[in-house]
This record gives sequence, C-alpha cells and structure tokens, in this order.
Amino acid sequence: MFAVQFRRDWLCLMRSRDEAVNPLVFLFLATTLFAIAFGGDPRQLAELAPAIVWALVLLANLLSLEALFRRDLEDGTLEQLLLLAEPPFAAVLGKVAVQWCVSGAAMAVLAPVAALLLNLPAAALPALMLGLLLGTPALSLIGAVGAALTVGLRGGGVLLALLLLPLHLPVLVFGVSAVLDTMAGVGAAAQFYWLAAISAAALTLAPFAATAALRISVEQS
Amino acid sequence: MPPPLTMTDLDCTRGGRRLFGGFDLTLDAGGCTEVRGANGSGKSTLLRIAAGLFADFSGAVEAAPRHYLGHRNGVSALLSPLENLKPHERPGGDSAREALIRTGLGDVVDVPCGQFSQGQQRRVGLARLLLGDRPLWLLDEPLAALDADGQRLVRELVEVHCRGGGAVLCATHQPLGCSASEVNLMDH
Repeated sequence: MFAVQFRRDWLCLMRSRDEAVNPLVFLFLATTLFAIAFGGDPRQLAELAPAIVWALVLLANLLSLEALFRRDLEDGTLEQLLLLAEPPFAAVLGKVAVQWCVSGAAMAVLAPVAALLLNLPAAALPALMLGLLLGTPALSLIGAVGAALTVGLRGGGVLLALLLLPLHLPVLVFGVSAVLDTMAGVGAAAQFYWLAAISAAALTLAPFAATAALRISVEQS
Repeated sequence: MPPPLTMTDLDCTRGGRRLFGGFDLTLDAGGCTEVRGANGSGKSTLLRIAAGLFADFSGAVEAAPRHYLGHRNGVSALLSPLENLKPHERPGGDSAREALIRTGLGDVVDVPCGQFSQGQQRRVGLARLLLGDRPLWLLDEPLAALDADGQRLVRELVEVHCRGGGAVLCATHQPLGCSASEVNLMDH
C-alpha cells in the first residue's frame, strides 16, 4: 500500500511541478535575502549560517505541509483512502514520504549550496547535510500529524505553525548545534544520534496518529 | 451469513439538531434500499455512518466491506481515470480498465480527470465501485450530474450488483427505479 500510494502521489507531484519546487525556491530566495541584507563581516555571517539554513528548511517544510492533505480532502480521495487502503496508515506514510522527498531529501542535497551563499565553511557542509537527512524525516512526520488535524480548518495555516513549531524545536536545536560543533572542531555524533532517534520515534508513531487525525478531519468536513 | 448492513437503534445529533433517533435498518444480500428525506434530514450522515466515516452517533452498526460514493467523487483532477483507479484494484473485482469500459469511459482512460465534465468525473467514481469484491455499496445521490444515459448506467450497475448477491443503500431524491424498498428519514 505504501508503494502504491507513493507512486500515486509522486505522479500528482510531477503534474504540479510548481508545488514541487516551491520549498526549494523559498529556501534560495530567503537565503539570498539574508546574504544581501547582512552587510557586515562575512565571518559573522558564517557563524549564523547553520541557524539560518535550518530555520529556513523548517519553514519551507511547514509551508509544504499545509498542502499535504488539502487537495485530497477537497476532492474526496482522502475519504476513499481511509475506506479502501489496507492499511490506511501505510498509505498515509506513502504520502508523507513523497512530501519528504521534496522538502526533506531535496533540501538536504541543496542546502549546502544555500549555506555557501552564507559563507559557511566547506568543512561544515557534510554535518549540515547529514543533520538535515536525519532530522527532516521527523519534521515531515510530526508535521503530518499537525497537517492532518488542521486540514479541514479555515486559516489552518497559522494554527499549524503554532502547533508544530514547539514540536520541531528539538530537531532545530540539535541540527544547528551539530553544525556549530563541527565548525568548532568538536565531534557532533551525539546530535546526529539524537536526530536519528527523534526521526525513528516519529516514524513509529506519527503514521498512526496522522491517520487518526485524518479520520477526525474527514468526519468534520 | 450476516446481512451486509445492520443498523440498530441509531441516534444522531448534529449541530444541536437531532437528525434521527431510534432508527433501525437491515439490508439483506441482494437488496437495494433507497433513503428518502428532505434536504438536511440526515441522508448523507446516515450513509457516512454506514461507511464508517462518521462516528459521532449512538447505536450499533455492522457493515460488510463496502464502497462509498459521496458528494465528492474521490477523483484526483491531476490523474487520469486509470491512474485514479489503479490503486484500488483488488483480486476478485474488475480491473481498472474493465471498470472504466463498463462505465463508458473506455476512450478516455488516459486523459487527466481535470479535463472531464462533472458527469464524467461521476462515472470515474462509479467505476471504482466495480473494483474489489465489496458487497455493500453506499451511494449518496448517485444520479447527480449524470445524463439520461448515465442514470440508466447507475440502475444497471445496481441491478447487476444486487443480482450478484450485493446490497445497495442509496440516498436519492429521484427514484432509482430498481429498488426493493424505501425508508424515509422524516419518519424517524
């Protein structure tokens, strides 16, 4: 079911490419703005770069989460998913996986480019990428629960951000400190383990929670 | 074998208004029951309860594996009919292509559904009923948006399904023309 849903959502994504590239465009526009607006010492900018990139990735992810279930709710494919998928949580996980490919995996691959714009030393790039690869699954999975809860609400976007930002904070903190510690020459293994642990926990719990939340949203729609 | 659908002493209040109370219904294999009632009398809610999409009620519901066709067709505009239906193919039912041919969409299986008319999208939704071997069909206004030909198609699909031992619960304003019984929600 996971593979079936993944293929279906991947097709949808390929047919609406603007949505697919939106998070990446956001990331690059915002980093460019930071780079231009910050007129000061490039070394100072390098200190801030990990925090800026991570925060932007988090926000870009949040933006694309808002749309994760919306269209499916509107055209009724969501209720069919809940009725026909065996089991529904696997299909939900398939949907989240597609969302993560765009706003997690693609981000992790391209974030170093954004980070170079912000003058981040090349030696810190692997830590940034690894951190994003390990951390963004948690962002997408936890985010999916929030998106499932707010999908039926008008103006759910703000509520979604309010719900998710506190839950996303640990990922942000560990992700940024992993890069900073690497820049300082201290090992960052602990942070990577933490990111992986948070993602693993989210993977085991979030699909079920998101499915339950979707049932509530479909019921109210 | 238990009947495909049994509802016992159903009571549902929505938005502070009691939709129905003490509602009992048993739908036997091979039977088609029409649900009647004015707008807002709870027909759609009753069907969603039977489908398992609405849980805010008291009473007992036992339903066999089922298909639900609601106001929304469950058809993604970005995908073609074939791509829309493929994920729901199961052994024991028609293939997606066969189902689309039966509902008169054989020529347009690869056209994105976004280019379809309302009636054609409805037909994609109808084709989904034929996928997988699910004995209970729950149809909410299945005739909506369909032309005369499409309405005949619905009757024919329902008749064939019932003859094959399936059961249909259908909320409709227009008589389906092939139903064994009728229940009016205004009486409950």
